[in-house]
Amino acid sequence: MAVTRKRRFALIVFFVGGIGLIAGLVLFALRQNVDWFYMPTEIRQGKAPMGKSLRVGGLVVKGSVVREPGSLFVRFTLSDRSEQIVVEFKGSLPDLFREGQGIIAIGKLDERGIIVASQVLAKHDENYMPPQIKNGL
Amino acid sequence: MRSFVGWTLLPQRAVHQLSSPKYFYAVSRIISPWFALGFLVCATYGLISGLLFAPPDYQQGHGFRIIYVHVPAAFLSLIIYVVMASASAVGLIFRVKLAYMLAKSCAPLGASFTLIALVTGSIWGKPMWGTWWVWDARLTSELILLFLYLGYMSLGLSCEDSKKADSLSAWLAIIGVINIPIIHFSVNWWYTLHQGTTLSLTKPAIAPSMLWPLLAMIGAFFCYFMWVLLIRTRTEILTRERQCQWVKGLGIRD
Repeated sequence: MAVTRKRRFALIVFFVGGIGLIAGLVLFALRQNVDWFYMPTEIRQGKAPMGKSLRVGGLVVKGSVVREPGSLFVRFTLSDRSEQIVVEFKGSLPDLFREGQGIIAIGKLDERGIIVASQVLAKHDENYMPPQIKNGL
Repeated sequence: MRSFVGWTLLPQRAVHQLSSPKYFYAVSRIISPWFALGFLVCATYGLISGLLFAPPDYQQGHGFRIIYVHVPAAFLSLIIYVVMASASAVGLIFRVKLAYMLAKSCAPLGASFTLIALVTGSIWGKPMWGTWWVWDARLTSELILLFLYLGYMSLGLSCEDSKKADSLSAWLAIIGVINIPIIHFSVNWWYTLHQGTTLSLTKPAIAPSMLWPLLAMIGAFFCYFMWVLLIRTRTEILTRERQCQWVKGLGIRD
């Protein structure tokens, strides 16, 4: 390569590398803010603010879903396999809500250490398979 | 010895020849119909087998079939950006006019695929997640990709001087390439509502009967991109080189 081409190439590498480094450092510094939800462990460690709207994600513990007859009120436990947190919610749940499913609850942490949710979203995983295979597993 | 030297020079000469707009104009005319054919074959197989014959998903039922548009569009939105940024870098380093024309022709295609990925993702998100949109890392970085494409296009239009427009927008394209790994790895680096990567070379997390139509649709979208890219670049060549003798010799009227 001619000298001018080498210089232009070096300039591009320098710029992209520099701005990439800045972006990397900013995202690393803000990693807590980039995370879209808290894990139950983080909430138990007191990393989540009290009384402010927050999001918590985890798997719905099998057998923990309690529905109040005659209303839309539901209580369930979210787990990240090391810690658990109880969520209370009144409203319609997404179709994919079921025990063992990944769920994100949006709401506030109250004094009892319970999340009072205003919205519940389903987080499905990356696996796709026919029902027969799932039943066979 | 002579033939050996000839062989090593051949690719270099081919690349050099192909970078001339006149030669590219002639070659692309022969190549582009093959991409159109590839698109038709892959899309026919992919759509029929994906929408009619692939089994429903164990959790999402028939609703998962939007994957056959969403994933190929999202995949192409990233690939096209890498092509556009690479062409821009070649243009800046080697001052190849054709590279700028290719990069410019990529942008509207990339923006369209990004928009398709965002819209189909939103339509998919409402019934499955329970929301049209969230500001998680994956969705936000893909939206930034759309703005990068739109910024690239408007920067190219805003300059009167076409040389200045070429190099300015090339710089934007090259710097924006930082966003590409962020989009791809966002689901691994941060907690997001969007799920992790399904497709992988070693262990795809999708049943083979659902995977083949998906790969066919990715092939179809790619062939469509190449087909339209060549057509757009040919038009760009004619527009920019309209004062050249060889273009006048083609006898095309305005």
